[in-house]
Amino acid sequence: MLGEGILKGLKETARNALGSFVSADRLTTVEYPEQRVTLPEASRNFPFLVYDGTDWQAGLRCVACQICEKECPPKCIYIEKSKDKKPDHVGKMQIYPARFDIDISVCMSCQICVEVCPFEAIKMDKEFELATDDRFGGLLLDRHQLAKPNEYYHKIHPTEASQVDARLADEKAKAEAKAKAAAAAAAAPKPAAPASAATSAPAPKKEGEAS
Amino acid sequence: MANTLDQIFVLLSRWIVSLLPVALQPLVGILLSVVAIIAVFPGLFALTTVLERKGLGRMQNRIGPNRTGPFGILQPVADGIKSLTKEDIIPTSADAVVHFIAPLVLVVAVFMGFAVLPMGRNMQLVDMDAGLLFFFAIGASTELSIFMAGWSSRNKYSLLGAMRAVAQMISYEVPLLMSTVAIVMITGSLSLVKIVEAQNQYTWGLPHWYIFTPWGFAGFVMFCIAATAETNRSPFDLPEGESELVAGYFTEYSGFKFALFFLGEYLGMFSISGLGTTLFLGGWSAPLQVLNFVPSWIWFFSKVMLSITVLIWIRGTLPRLRQDQLMNFAWKFVIPMTLLNLIVAAVWHFLGDGWLRWIVCSAILLGVYVIGGRVQMRGKKFGPRSYRYAE
Amino acid sequence: MNVVFWILAVITVLGGLTAVTLKNTVHCALAVTTAFAGLALLFLQLDAQFAGFAQILVYIGAVAILVVFAILLTRGSETPAEGVFSRTWFAGLLIAAAVFAVLGWAVLHSVAALPNESAAPAVTVLQIGTALMGRYVLPLEIVALLLTAAMLGAVIVAMHEKGEQK
Repeated sequence: MLGEGILKGLKETARNALGSFVSADRLTTVEYPEQRVTLPEASRNFPFLVYDGTDWQAGLRCVACQICEKECPPKCIYIEKSKDKKPDHVGKMQIYPARFDIDISVCMSCQICVEVCPFEAIKMDKEFELATDDRFGGLLLDRHQLAKPNEYYHKIHPTEASQVDARLADEKAKAEAKAKAAAAAAAAPKPAAPASAATSAPAPKKEGEAS
Repeated sequence: MANTLDQIFVLLSRWIVSLLPVALQPLVGILLSVVAIIAVFPGLFALTTVLERKGLGRMQNRIGPNRTGPFGILQPVADGIKSLTKEDIIPTSADAVVHFIAPLVLVVAVFMGFAVLPMGRNMQLVDMDAGLLFFFAIGASTELSIFMAGWSSRNKYSLLGAMRAVAQMISYEVPLLMSTVAIVMITGSLSLVKIVEAQNQYTWGLPHWYIFTPWGFAGFVMFCIAATAETNRSPFDLPEGESELVAGYFTEYSGFKFALFFLGEYLGMFSISGLGTTLFLGGWSAPLQVLNFVPSWIWFFSKVMLSITVLIWIRGTLPRLRQDQLMNFAWKFVIPMTLLNLIVAAVWHFLGDGWLRWIVCSAILLGVYVIGGRVQMRGKKFGPRSYRYAE
Repeated sequence: MNVVFWILAVITVLGGLTAVTLKNTVHCALAVTTAFAGLALLFLQLDAQFAGFAQILVYIGAVAILVVFAILLTRGSETPAEGVFSRTWFAGLLIAAAVFAVLGWAVLHSVAALPNESAAPAVTVLQIGTALMGRYVLPLEIVALLLTAAMLGAVIVAMHEKGEQK
């Protein structure tokens, strides 16, 4: 009958309007900034540098290998190597970045820097409320602003962080095992020493390059 | 006590007038009522803008404005300040004089329509013998202002919007008038006051409102359709459709003149709802005889606000009608139904009191409606859409 | 002859005069609408409510709109090249003066026949209706027939144009 569709439509909108006072699925508004939508775990915005422990300079994982700087498509990363060295998580002495700048107004969040980093040093952050009125330096983050602790990484990406931690602990264990084997071989009797030293000497170097 | 509350505004104005010298009394009496109308209806307009935005929001699963004041109540204040402080731009090639007076003509014509509405017992501004005719005459003048607005802007979109608006308003003027002629026939008077008094009678506690009769109900439905089209309200808002014509005939208006057009449109909505209430819903009379202690003006304004709520509800529900669809609908369906309604009202009158006239009139109207509906829907496929995708 | 009558008379006459002297056709249409409004108010001042409101409804609400539509849909909105007054304005003035003289003589002659008539009896809509349906029913039906013929003619002319275009 003519007009039936109109009445059905009116009933539906009335249900919507009155239902929006009682049920949450008829009122999907999130009142920003008092309420926030929880971001999914894999969401990403701009990169940050991870450091272990409490001292951000001593625990910084980045060794200034500059792979991320070369791979970055819009070239928003600028790295200057340091003159001295500091120990990394397996105990080896590595250089560290004296300057690590990311221009987040240029960064396109492609995550390539994260994918190519061999040292699990740079990861993606979820922070997006970064608007500022300083148009020249406000969106250029230096290494102190970029350095965030491993606990923060666990908070924002729990599964990823656990996997990274497991990998790093694995490497550390392997390096320690190698070091113990080398020490045991060094303290072994003389006739077997040159042969085991020859076989054990190239092995730790290979493992150090691979990890 | 109830009677005093009912007549409180009349008594108040009479008391104020009695304080003045005799020479000034008629003038001041009229001025007081005019000032009351000019104060009350724009206030209601402000309230309606908030209600509309919040109502539409809730119907669309979102909250309306809620930051300006508690529950967004101060939103019209913000809107008013915005309109007043915007720059008033007149295009160089526009016709300045006509561009300026178009919104004024609209607002004046719409305000004059309130003069004959009886807003309570003894609460109309003028009791004219031909009150209904006055209302429709003034309503016809608003079409001219829309044309003036669209033409003076020297803008193709405005002109197109204005032509469409005027064509739509003229087409729906006929069903609007004809659906009320049945009322005039049965009451025997064009005076709105007498129409309300004729509906103020009660049988077994139920009122004699015209909407409770078959021809009255059909007339009310057609009046609603025609009134929605007259005030360019969704689903008939093609002339001012934002997605089709920028803003239609008020594209070139900015600042306060735009606010005046907006005011004119909403006040037109109020006045035509007021007329619909007076003619079909019994004006200021109470729904049940036991509720007569509530003042009459409260009933009038509640009924008007109810009509506005229904208009907002319809706006949130229906998609926009295309120009040819709405003209088709007006000339091929609504006007024949209004003519039939006249005949049915005459049959009602001549069959005399009793249950027979109810059955006969309802049967005629329902039968023609169903058959007419089938004829209109013949050849059109309804239901969920089926898509053909490229392989 | 009170103030209101003089004001309304001035409005009406001015409206008519500007309607013939303005260059822009749409301005002329709006000026003639003012003249219609003045006429309607004169009717209301004489207490002829139905005539006044019908004048507004029909003339301003329909005829004026028709005039502006006609101006827009044809090429009447271009300003005339040779100015507003035609070359034979003197003959037009003579004819207008003659018509005015005849009408004036008729009005004054009829009023002079009833000099002591007080205010005209108020005509209610009921009386108009009874007269239309009783004494003047035949002219009413003939006018209705005429209007129907005009509408049918308009529809046929419009349809014919569409057929020619195809």
